[in-house]
Amino acid sequence: MNNFTPWAALMGGLFIGVSASLLLWLNGKIAGISGIANGAIWAKTSDDRTWRVLFVVGLVVGGFMYVALFPDAIQARSGYPLGLVGTAGLLVGFGTALGSGCTSGHGVCGLGRLSFRSLAATLTFLGAGIVTVFLVRHVFGVGI
Amino acid sequence: MKSKQNIAALMTGALFGFGLGVAQMIDPNKIQNFLDFSGAWDASLMLVLGAALGVSFFAIRIILTQQSPRFASRFALPSKPHVDRSLLIGATLFGIGWGLAGYCPGPGFAALALSSWEPVVFLLTMTAGFILHRFIVRP
Repeated sequence: MNNFTPWAALMGGLFIGVSASLLLWLNGKIAGISGIANGAIWAKTSDDRTWRVLFVVGLVVGGFMYVALFPDAIQARSGYPLGLVGTAGLLVGFGTALGSGCTSGHGVCGLGRLSFRSLAATLTFLGAGIVTVFLVRHVFGVGI
Repeated sequence: MKSKQNIAALMTGALFGFGLGVAQMIDPNKIQNFLDFSGAWDASLMLVLGAALGVSFFAIRIILTQQSPRFASRFALPSKPHVDRSLLIGATLFGIGWGLAGYCPGPGFAALALSSWEPVVFLLTMTAGFILHRFIVRP
């Protein structure tokens, strides 16, 4: 196994779980990032749009806080085909909108609620991701 | 109430984004390593999900015994009961996109801090995907 980082993973997961729990406890909302971001575009009221935009701004700020505290921990990837990244974004946007959620909404919140829909979605996107990475890395030899 | 909700959204978003950094999920290689069973498999993400679930599983149970959230009048929970074709097709397309570049939506935003073009491109086309879905699926 490569670059296994169990303590960082547990600590990061703890922060994510606490964040999702606080959002539910305080605002009554599910911390599903794709749904929050997508909903910000189509919100019917400015109140609804405001909290969504602020949550997403928070995500960006949180990322910057991490990088400011640990500037050398993670290096940006270089040389990966941007066309693949762009195609990936399109699939992620369309797919999460159609499938009502992503890793956070289905994975952290849905599984936490023992939702069968979220379990089905999580197993499906994990399977699709595993097959895709196999093709990308080991058949087409991209990114290794 | 509204301003409290907004502050809560900003703070929980920041905690989530910081957590994605700590978990190293803003590194797309880390994501692809997790999904790479025939290469350098890295199990870290299972621990991220496990720890997050360990908190949310118990917290959700306690929270939902309350009448209402602290700063809002009601809990907004997903209500669709059944697995349907949209869910499975959507999750498949999402999984393909996730593996293709190593980003899901949360890390896409938090990874902007790494000053690389990748998250910028990813977020722009992800938004295009949201819009495309709106016009194709819900006319």
